[in-house]
Amino acid sequence: MEKKRNQTEIRYLSPVDIDKRRKEKYCRFKKMGFKYIDYKDPYFLMRFLNDQGKILPRRITGTSLKYQRKLSVAIKRCRQIALLPYVGDNLK
Amino acid sequence: MNHYETVFIMNPVLSEDQVKETVKRYTAYLKKNKAEIVSEENWGLKKLRYPIAKKKSGFYCLIEYKANGVILSEMDVEFKRDETVLRWLTVKLDKFATEYAVRRRTRLNEPKKSAE
Repeated sequence: MEKKRNQTEIRYLSPVDIDKRRKEKYCRFKKMGFKYIDYKDPYFLMRFLNDQGKILPRRITGTSLKYQRKLSVAIKRCRQIALLPYVGDNLK
Repeated sequence: MNHYETVFIMNPVLSEDQVKETVKRYTAYLKKNKAEIVSEENWGLKKLRYPIAKKKSGFYCLIEYKANGVILSEMDVEFKRDETVLRWLTVKLDKFATEYAVRRRTRLNEPKKSAE
């Protein structure tokens, strides 16, 4: 009986309330109601590239599949008319 | 009559009126083929993010028009033959894209008006 009570009185140094649930990722295009992703605006598209100029994967940006495809088409067109580099040095 | 949009990049060594002349040539070509030109934008000299044909910058021009799809292949040949144009991209606009284009144009023209 004694041992059992000691076990429950374990003192935590810091309160254990680490938020287990990660921040809910959402698709910004769906939320803001984008209907068309313009390929002529490199500054907006640059947000979806990493600093080497590669397209960020969905698991990081959280965009839905439908808009990720539109986004990649727009980025590839933007690269074709030289508004975005194929291989960026330090994009950010 | 579909809605199209063509962006093309011209050689930076051209003089201002040569650029205008090339743009006029393509708009005239479109008009000749019964295309209705919705809008025309000249972005001027811009730095390219990677060299095209050893050039570091180029004159950008955007033409938005309604046309019959048949003429696009001939226009491609026209662009290929023309050595002042480094690169061009023709895109078909669906209804969302046309709506966006109209909104974008009003947004671009707005600051000019307020600036005057």
